[in-house]
Amino acid sequence: MKLDARIPSGPVPQKWSVCKRDLKLVAPNNKRKYEILVVGTGLAGSSAAATLAELGYQVKVFCLQDSPRRAHSVAAQGGINAAKNYQNDGDSVHRLFYDTIKGGDFRSREANVFRLAEVSVNIIDQCAAQGVPFAREYSGYLTNRSFGGAQVSRTFYARGQTGQQLLLGCYQAMLRQAHLGQVRIFPRTEMLDLVVVNGHAKGIVVRDLLTGKISSHAGDAVVLATGGYTNVFYLSTSGRGSNVTAIWRAYKKGAAFANPCFTQIHPTCIPVSGDYQSKLTLMSESLRNDGRVWVPKQPGDKRPPAEIPESDRDYYLERMYPAYGNLAPRDISSRATKRVCDEGRGVGPGGLGVYLDFSDALRRLGRSVIAERYGNLFEMYEEITAENAYETPMRIYPAPHYAMGGLWVDYHLMSNLPGLFVIGEANFSDHGANRLGASALMQGLADGYFILPYTIGNYIATAKQTRPQPDAAEFRESEAEVAATIKRLLAIRGKKTVRQFHKDLGKILWEKCGMARTAAGLQQALKEIPTLREEFWQNVSVPGDDADLNQSLEHAGRVADFFELGELMCRDALARNESCGGHFREEYQTADGECQRNDTEFAHVACWEYRSAQQPPVRHIEPLTFEEAHLAERSYK
Amino acid sequence: MKLKLRVWRQKNAHTPGQFVEYHADNLNPNMSFLEMLDVVNEQIAAKGEEPIAFDHDCREGICGACSCVINGEPHGPHDKVTTCQTYLRSFQDGATVTIEPFRANAFPLIKDLVVDRTAFDRIIQAGGYISVGTGHPPDANSLPVPKPLADLAMDAAACIGCGACVAACKNASAMLFVAAKVSHLNLLPQGQPERDVRALAMVDQMDKEGFGACTVTLSCQAVCPKGISGSFIAKMNRDFLRAMLLNP
Repeated sequence: MKLDARIPSGPVPQKWSVCKRDLKLVAPNNKRKYEILVVGTGLAGSSAAATLAELGYQVKVFCLQDSPRRAHSVAAQGGINAAKNYQNDGDSVHRLFYDTIKGGDFRSREANVFRLAEVSVNIIDQCAAQGVPFAREYSGYLTNRSFGGAQVSRTFYARGQTGQQLLLGCYQAMLRQAHLGQVRIFPRTEMLDLVVVNGHAKGIVVRDLLTGKISSHAGDAVVLATGGYTNVFYLSTSGRGSNVTAIWRAYKKGAAFANPCFTQIHPTCIPVSGDYQSKLTLMSESLRNDGRVWVPKQPGDKRPPAEIPESDRDYYLERMYPAYGNLAPRDISSRATKRVCDEGRGVGPGGLGVYLDFSDALRRLGRSVIAERYGNLFEMYEEITAENAYETPMRIYPAPHYAMGGLWVDYHLMSNLPGLFVIGEANFSDHGANRLGASALMQGLADGYFILPYTIGNYIATAKQTRPQPDAAEFRESEAEVAATIKRLLAIRGKKTVRQFHKDLGKILWEKCGMARTAAGLQQALKEIPTLREEFWQNVSVPGDDADLNQSLEHAGRVADFFELGELMCRDALARNESCGGHFREEYQTADGECQRNDTEFAHVACWEYRSAQQPPVRHIEPLTFEEAHLAERSYK
Repeated sequence: MKLKLRVWRQKNAHTPGQFVEYHADNLNPNMSFLEMLDVVNEQIAAKGEEPIAFDHDCREGICGACSCVINGEPHGPHDKVTTCQTYLRSFQDGATVTIEPFRANAFPLIKDLVVDRTAFDRIIQAGGYISVGTGHPPDANSLPVPKPLADLAMDAAACIGCGACVAACKNASAMLFVAAKVSHLNLLPQGQPERDVRALAMVDQMDKEGFGACTVTLSCQAVCPKGISGSFIAKMNRDFLRAMLLNP
């Protein structure tokens, strides 16, 4: 497997300029001859589709949802980072770059991260021009809030609905192109295979979720913007439809899967309330601007929070990480929370919860200011828990939230399969072993608006490939395989539901490949998952047929891929004999329980190559070098 | 707690549908309405029968996918929440709960509780945007927007496109949805150049899609999970009339 990251020469701050200087172009009158397939319509997919269409390419867009506007980017609450330095608090492109590299525990690619910080400023300008209603001061200028892992205020927001508003911005830009005939949208359509012709990604096989019809689309390039895979844990903050299938099928066609074990467990989610639960709800990290996290000092203290005096409270994030306090990064905050709960100091049912307390901020700022900042989040909390957070502290606990791992891409955001581009959460490149808050929206839009539209032209101009017909042999074969898998799932007629299998898999992964991992636990998981997968293919019950909408069948196909992904995550976690960011191997920790990185042996990206169902995958590496940000211990103390 | 459910079941658009009764036992008042349907669906699936199809995704009240009419009210009994954010504590133990799809000519039924709302996308496509391409627009702070205006635009932009307004309206009118988008963009300085053409094009497309006329009963406002104000309809009417007069 050849992994050439194609990082341009020269000093890190100049690399993107060098790259753009050297990119080959496609003439405006030629662009219309090329067709690009974009899968997924979140921030990355919609912004890419809109921009590519504006440039003149013919674009086809595919999404699972009934409307592209419902992609899960819509649920991002808190904000989007940009190095605008509007607050005059010392922010700069370099500082955003460094915070992101350090936040990712020095396991991301320096050149990509610098470029991300560099284009972040353009994103805000673009979105404001589209009419995204960002929060403003009375002067009419844009305002900012703070997020974890930063000592500046660089997060732009639109109440607690930033993701929704940014998504509507790029969705509307994309629909404008649909109006002009440059974009064709295929909603309720699921990509079930990637088609590779002469070593180049040249198309996809999709299933119409309403009719069950399987069909092929050929293109000059394929862009996967299909989001993250934390639903592998069953309970997560992802939308229920979020899945790994598109990138997993690409992996099985030869694309390298990078750092699959790097998953983010977000510290502030509403705790699990019962076995029936199907989804976990995030409470935005922005709440930690004004909320203080605490637990009782004594294990087993059952008093209601109002009756616990200050002297009996442990504001553990402020105590352990005084420089960042409640805005310590997510991986660190989650682990600290797990630790205090493991000590028996957790609150609420099962002791799996900690308080997020606004009483100081309410005293300092008044209820109307807090309502202005977080009103909709407080309402959402009350809907779910029937508790009023203005009066009693919220209870929160960590939950799976984001996948830093994903398909490997080079500096051009192209995978090792030529013609296959991967953007947004679906790729691995920018967040290393932990993502900072308000950086996912930034990355999705950076990739889609400002990076991919440049680099994809270079591929098209230099690859000189012809677009195959969608009835070529490679497409026929893929269609037959997809149809056979569906037929097989429907023919089992077993006794156990898809959901039950998914839950069982999630439990294994949460316990053994979640917030804390050990070699023994991972080895155990690597025995349990294949056994469960075997049982799935013998005993799963998928009712109905494939001739109309069948949500059980959709779920079954995705869970089948989650089994294989779960196994790869455990392999990856087992092979990485160090702790970094969200990957915490208990064997590798410092005396005070922090991550013990091993830069000599593991300052690299782990890239997995699929071979076959019978042979284990092969682990390749892409070494990470640091010129601009020097490898250092990651401390927030 | 327990509930008796009457659920609209319909295999597809070409097959007649009917209400089917299900008994949901051992429920917990802290369950969400959709988690209750998940539990019922598990029981149905365990018997090898087809579960009840319903649209859902984020389950946080923001994606706009979920869409049931519960006891005659779109998104159920609770104000300003979606079906996915409706909890069983809003129902009496032992109650009968009727669950139907959003019904409107412009929202053809697909299966059970799932309907086709792509008409909304086509309305946005007609003009629900500011025609700025990706590139290098001026610095975001070069165009200050007065805070009250920005806040009002955000109130309108909060629409999640679920279609409850249409389902609640006796005429199946989409006025609140269209008014929210027209107002969001027409209030902002960035939206002024296309103010007239936007109002005309979006209203025209709304009519073509077969949505009914608005008689301002404001049932839409009453059921809107995001509390979008009916006053935006007045704003859109004004913009529409202005555009008609200026562009005869």
